[in-house]
Amino acid sequence: MQQPFTPEVIAEHGLTPSEYDRIVELLERHPTIVELGIFSVMWSEHCSYKSSRVHLKRLPTTGECVVQGPGENAGIVDIGEGYTVAFKIESHNHPSFIEPFQGAATGVGGILRDIFTMGARPIAAMNSLHFGDIDSQGTRRVADGVVRGIGHYGNCFGVPTIGGEVHFSDRYEKNPLVNAFALGIMKRDQIFLGKAEGVGNPVIYVGAKTGRDGIHGATMASAEFDDEALEKRPTVQVGDPFLEKLLLEACLEAMRSGAVVGIQDMGAAGLTCSTCEMGFRGGTGVEIELDLVPQRETGMTPYEIMLSESQERMLLVASHGRAREVIEIFHKWELDAVVVGRVTDDGKMRVLEHGEVVAEIPNVFLTDEAPVYHRPLARPEGEVVLELLHDALDVDAEGALLELLASPNIASKEWVYDQYDHMVRTNTVVLPGSDAAVLRVKETRKALAMTLDSNARYCEIDPRLGVMHAVAEAARNLSVTGARPLAVTNCMNFASPERPETMWQFSETIDGMSEACRAFDTPVTGGNVSFYNETDGRGIFPTPVIGMVGLIDDPKHVTTQWFAKEGHAVVLIGDETPALGGSEYLATVRGVLTGPLPGLDLDREKAVQEAVRTAITDELIVSAHDCSDGGIAVALAECCFSSYRLPAVGATVDLDFGLDAITTLFGEAPSRVIASAPVGAVAKIAEICRRIGVPCRQVGIVGGDRLRIDVRGATSVDVRVADLESAWRSRIAAAMAVGR
Amino acid sequence: MKAEVYVTLKRGVLDPQGKAIQHAIEANGSDAIAAVRQGKYFEIEVAPALEPAAARAELDRIAREILSNPVIEDYRLEIHE
Amino acid sequence: MKFGVVVFPGSNCDHDAYHVISKVIGQPVDFIWHRDSNLDGFDCIVLPGGFSYGDYLRTGAIASMSPVMRSVVGFANHGGIVIGICNGFQILCESGLLPGALLRNASLAFACRHVNLRVERTDTVYTRDYERGQVLSIPIAHGDGNYFCDDETLARLEGEGQVLFRYVDSKGDPTPESNPNGSRNNIAGIVNDRGNVLGMMPHPERASEEALGSADGRGVFTSLAAALAELAKAS
Repeated sequence: MQQPFTPEVIAEHGLTPSEYDRIVELLERHPTIVELGIFSVMWSEHCSYKSSRVHLKRLPTTGECVVQGPGENAGIVDIGEGYTVAFKIESHNHPSFIEPFQGAATGVGGILRDIFTMGARPIAAMNSLHFGDIDSQGTRRVADGVVRGIGHYGNCFGVPTIGGEVHFSDRYEKNPLVNAFALGIMKRDQIFLGKAEGVGNPVIYVGAKTGRDGIHGATMASAEFDDEALEKRPTVQVGDPFLEKLLLEACLEAMRSGAVVGIQDMGAAGLTCSTCEMGFRGGTGVEIELDLVPQRETGMTPYEIMLSESQERMLLVASHGRAREVIEIFHKWELDAVVVGRVTDDGKMRVLEHGEVVAEIPNVFLTDEAPVYHRPLARPEGEVVLELLHDALDVDAEGALLELLASPNIASKEWVYDQYDHMVRTNTVVLPGSDAAVLRVKETRKALAMTLDSNARYCEIDPRLGVMHAVAEAARNLSVTGARPLAVTNCMNFASPERPETMWQFSETIDGMSEACRAFDTPVTGGNVSFYNETDGRGIFPTPVIGMVGLIDDPKHVTTQWFAKEGHAVVLIGDETPALGGSEYLATVRGVLTGPLPGLDLDREKAVQEAVRTAITDELIVSAHDCSDGGIAVALAECCFSSYRLPAVGATVDLDFGLDAITTLFGEAPSRVIASAPVGAVAKIAEICRRIGVPCRQVGIVGGDRLRIDVRGATSVDVRVADLESAWRSRIAAAMAVGR
Repeated sequence: MKAEVYVTLKRGVLDPQGKAIQHAIEANGSDAIAAVRQGKYFEIEVAPALEPAAARAELDRIAREILSNPVIEDYRLEIHE
Repeated sequence: MKFGVVVFPGSNCDHDAYHVISKVIGQPVDFIWHRDSNLDGFDCIVLPGGFSYGDYLRTGAIASMSPVMRSVVGFANHGGIVIGICNGFQILCESGLLPGALLRNASLAFACRHVNLRVERTDTVYTRDYERGQVLSIPIAHGDGNYFCDDETLARLEGEGQVLFRYVDSKGDPTPESNPNGSRNNIAGIVNDRGNVLGMMPHPERASEEALGSADGRGVFTSLAAALAELAKAS
């Protein structure tokens, strides 16, 4: 048979000539146009992980608490008392650049569906956001739209958005990163998987009607950007959080009825992905008739229906004879629910239109047989400068502290989280603004802490060590709230995998993450890879984002970062020597990115965290704060600031690390925590630290309305806390108000 | 028959969205604008069986009672035969 | 004596109100589905926060036309006690049970944070457990909470003492800075002239337990429980 497609058509589908040849070889014929579309999305980087699979295999994915590892819609861990939590992070980077509001909103919608598809009720959302330079007009447009979009979807759906991180750097100017995290809770015996089991069982389409939204979204997310990308607006999907809220309630009710066998979200690649993946996981086939699919527009072709990315849709398999029962539940919630097909025994996805086969592909061709690339790796040329600038230390410490506090990366993110409902469901015990967000779990006696952390600047300098720092910081952020780290989900944001330098960074990141996650015994239960984050040949920093979840056995031990009482002792736990390499200080005050990074001793890090957690559960520590970005001076200032719980308070601190004032104040190091405690408890904290083998000493006292820091006997900083707080609190809101 | 309904904030009700739009236009370098007020627009397809007079009365009621809130909004109904 | 929490499609603070009533103040409570119109056996109706019907026409507008709301209007007109929180307040205004309307926040942004509220009256079924002038820390979470009414209505609300809660600073003064949404006269909550229908934008159910950072809102529910108990005894 003659080649039915021109090379251009094949290229437009994001397939290489050799990939097309492979399709022909597998099928033993040329594909139909519908089949070409199906292969195009299933073999895209986004769905197939073809460049990353060989590396992802090296991550630790199993552990005592892991109930479900990677491969399903979300990972699941056990939290005891018969309950489990499902959580995952996913990127929506490209759509958020093209249409920030809808791109971010549908990103939130997608991750929420991933969670409730498993049978879990979403109880928390977080976001990791990376934007361009805060003072550029482009960044304002993107940041404003993204934050409103996240708020719009999460607030209306009724899930609290309780935390996350926001970073600014010109490297994200045309490639903002929007990574959405969600977490849900369910009983251990009520987990649902995306499997089509039971030959003959009905396959039911539920939720919103199918329109021409986002056709080829999955291939778009797998291609580099150029100026034409902004012209691709019609591919952007529009989210309907109200409909999703109804879908949530209906799905959970249908699951409780016992009539549901398996269920999967129609995310990227819509009907295509859900049909073949559910069959593949169940060891079965799925046959659907497109005439039965609810459609929002007229005259849609099979190609369009199969590739549509309309939001708020699910595919589910019901038990034999129970389809009507399931459909009635969805009708009660005023949602469409239609039997569109059945489970077969032939291991194929078969698509019919008016009874005629328009696509028929063995599931395995779209999943296990998808291409796997061992792409070349190469360490980037041009070593990052490892020598510090000579004048880096010649700076007024007070001025530098004010400048750092007003750096958008450190400044208060209030402008962002004020727009998110972070309290709905009345579980949020620690509101945004402290080291990690904490939720009580009403169903149990426990609380959950969670955090998103990345350190892209570190990863640019040294991806392996950089990501280890990010994992350590995530664990530290949980430990200082009193939580024991349980497990991780990751979102790997990188430039083009076709560059050996990017793949080297990726591979190094996987190795660093594996080592650190093994050390903390926090397996990776799932996540997402986003490649091609580059525009006009300029890539983002390698940006692996770590989402970590931890457990607090008794909510009364939940701890926050804020100094609580005049007269309390300020205690520094851990004594790692700080260094300026890669620091926020060098980036902000000196405008340079230079190494080497501070070292990280994982054993010492674990010991510090254990000491802090022990002192918290022994009710000795009143507040605890991770001491990282911006160094100890920034950390101390943050401890002094007012919060929704406490007024601002000053402190007097005396530091001697045997270093100059600037490195002492702004140098960064892992494995350090600033705690406060009644003076009488200091000896007991020291005793715990001695037992665990961690240095600990009182460095100051809480009180007054100024932050005074002496370095080796000389006063370096002596400022009113109110002045520090106002610099820190106003920066982002002021930048976003420009042009209003 | 088709109907169009425009719903706008009453005079005297502050319109911060309109203000923001006005600022955006000014920031864009245009001085052609003195004030902007924004509102909602509805396109309605009328059921074919309805008599024109009855349709007009019913649409007016819908615009008044459902599509607008008389406490804060005015409406204007246009009918195209 | 029983509370009823109405569930509209899109309500999302329904479970929070239910939790406070059942678990925190230990009173009988049931959910009421939006298509139900039978309110027999209920002594206080709670219209919870959320985005009823997606708030797709105007906030609270579609909900105000639902079957349950027709019954709630009748219930209130016969003296039944009603409280609408956030979206519930918007629904009460749209249904005509309370005067005025809630416009988009003056900042144009959704705002979620703790604010200070001053209790303006304590001789109501909603506020008897507070002190007059007491300043409460209670969260808001809304995009459309900017209370608007015409001058005449405003004069009547103020003159008749129908303003129950006002946004204030930590000292108790209603300053422009302490007004989070542009509401006229810093109004956060009002009652109808008969005193049996309250609408408020802040969320007392989110501030009813110390664990959540404030228990200042619990007084609304304990006041209601005490008032209902008295009414039950009297009848």
